[in-house]
Amino acid sequence: MDKAIIEINNLHRNFKMGEEIVHALRGVSLKIMRGDFVTIMGASGSGKSTLLNILGCLDKASSGDYFIDGINVSELSKRELAGIRNQKIGFIFQSYNLLARTSALENVELPLLYNPDISAIERRERAITALKRVGLESRMKHIPSQLSGGQQQRVAIARSLVNNPVILLADEATGNLDTRTSYGVMEIFQELNDNGITIGFVTHEPDIARFSKRTIILKDGLITQDGIVQDRLIAKNELAALPVIN
Amino acid sequence: MNIVNLSKIAWKAILLNKARTVLTMLGIIIGVAAVIAMLAIGEGSKESIKKNISSMGANMINIRPGAGMMPGGVRDMSSMQTLKLTDYEALKSATLLKAVSPLVNGSGQAIAGSNNWATSIYGVSPEYLTIREWGLEKGTAFTNEDVKKIAKVVVIGKTVEENLFAAGEDPLGKTIRFNSTPFTVIGVLKEKGENTFGQDQDDIIIAPYTAVQKRILAQNYLQSIVASAISEDQATEAVKEVTGILEKTHKIPENEENDFNVFSQQELISTFSSTSEMLTILLVAIASISLIVGGIGIMNIMYVSVKERTREIGLRMAIGATESSILFQFLIESLLISISGGILGVLLGLAATFIVSSVIGWPVSVTVFSIVISFLVCTFTGIFFGYYPAKKGAALDPIEALRYE
Ligand SMILES: Nc1ncnc2c1ncn2[C@@H]1O[C@H](COP(=O)(O)OP(=O)(O)O)[C@@H](O)[C@H]1O
Ligand SMILES: [Mg+2]
Repeated sequence: MDKAIIEINNLHRNFKMGEEIVHALRGVSLKIMRGDFVTIMGASGSGKSTLLNILGCLDKASSGDYFIDGINVSELSKRELAGIRNQKIGFIFQSYNLLARTSALENVELPLLYNPDISAIERRERAITALKRVGLESRMKHIPSQLSGGQQQRVAIARSLVNNPVILLADEATGNLDTRTSYGVMEIFQELNDNGITIGFVTHEPDIARFSKRTIILKDGLITQDGIVQDRLIAKNELAALPVIN
Repeated sequence: MNIVNLSKIAWKAILLNKARTVLTMLGIIIGVAAVIAMLAIGEGSKESIKKNISSMGANMINIRPGAGMMPGGVRDMSSMQTLKLTDYEALKSATLLKAVSPLVNGSGQAIAGSNNWATSIYGVSPEYLTIREWGLEKGTAFTNEDVKKIAKVVVIGKTVEENLFAAGEDPLGKTIRFNSTPFTVIGVLKEKGENTFGQDQDDIIIAPYTAVQKRILAQNYLQSIVASAISEDQATEAVKEVTGILEKTHKIPENEENDFNVFSQQELISTFSSTSEMLTILLVAIASISLIVGGIGIMNIMYVSVKERTREIGLRMAIGATESSILFQFLIESLLISISGGILGVLLGLAATFIVSSVIGWPVSVTVFSIVISFLVCTFTGIFFGYYPAKKGAALDPIEALRYE
């Protein structure tokens, strides 16, 4: 936990809405260290997604600095940003965003198709490894419509892992899932984090935040709280404690 | 960016939408098939005209009476009496001519025994057979001696033989009457069949021109003079030489129109070829319209495809696709559709061509050029009509695309 994977200083993001200017982020500073597991909390409209999109290099700040893995993002071109997204970031969405009628394996391979340095054989091997990490080695040939919501989200996690990113960024990754399935997904995130993967996780559910190590609370585009999670939950135990339903 | 990977992505997208892709291709398939078939028919008729005309003797040069007339002209040239035997004599001195023959002809009834047949008689010199490259099936041709003696001898065509003589009967030495003048048959021409214009080339009687002029037509002018150049390459030069000689014998002043007309077989070919070429261009133009319609079909589907896959585009961008990757993905997709359509179109066009030639019996000729041009046009169509939809996809903002419902 010595190296800052992400460092942002006084980040602003303004949106023009006709005449009006919406200040979605109003001077956010933040450091995320290697191996961290950070949840970003806050009410709807507080700027969580905006912040995560900037961290994920999908969006650019109006002002302020952003370094990822030592690279100054604000100086990069669109093409270079795409390269950063491809090599350094793993994105997970609320709605999975898997390609329909495409097998789990092919979905997981997808990011590597945009990396010309990786051969077809390595692509396949790495996709299989990633699917194993999320416990879906028996579902590799299944297409999304043949998988449950939780399984689909696990495929999406495998896809975010496949390029060995420096950080996983998840926006409401459990938002579409029931409690049990959400805990299952959190179990995977905890396992990945235990193995050294840095995670940035947006949620508005306080119980989900308790699986992480650190919680940041955003309010109207500003960080109002940033602290270590004291009563951290272990997903495996919580799952075991849930009442069994038939 | 990696073209191989992008091609894989594009190919997968096509496989996921087989039915729609095939429907989109249909316009291209029909367009290309039409172009291929039209070009094959056009080229085929051009070639068969060429072959037929050169089968009349590739080096042949025709000299006709009348001014400024090209073959196919509407004025009746035979009524003009400007070509005389003196012209024929003068042309014998031409250095670029291998053979010259005067030609007088008339039509009438040929009778042998109780058989009666309406045909034409050609009065020519013995060189005529060389000029036309006609051979004899049996018997002999007449000689210059026969011409001088105004001998009443004839060489007959196959059709004439079949109509005047019973099967198995030897016509050699027999007498036939043409418009009541008796002639002795001394030879039979080899069968040649019909020419491009449907004329039976075997329905002919050939006799010394002196005999035809004096005994049948009673005329001292010539319908035409035919000659053959010493080689095909010299044909154009020979035409010039002939024109020069005749201008002298006819004493045509410098800036006055000639009262005769010289043209080579080559000119005849190019006249007919250019007519059939124009027809081909017209047919291809019509066929090309369906290709454009096919291209618009591709553009339409690609727009729908980009719209439908907005979220997919957002996702691809989120995991590292650059704008150009997205652009190329869709461009390759439209190219694959148009080129596959082109391949199927070529196959369909070849099948249609085959049917046209074997069922209707039209002469056809598929050229490599027509296939190459079809591919080029398809590639161009794919790029041209695929570019704007692809550009639209590539210009999407990833965050908005991901939010798209
Ligand atoms: N593209 C945009 N155009 C205009 N306003 C936007 C845009 N994206 C976000 N906003 C505004 O920025 C604020 C923060 O939004 P967001 O980051 O999505 O909030 P959260 O994810 O915390 O619910 C909101 O007021 C939202 O309306
Ligand atoms: Mg949000």
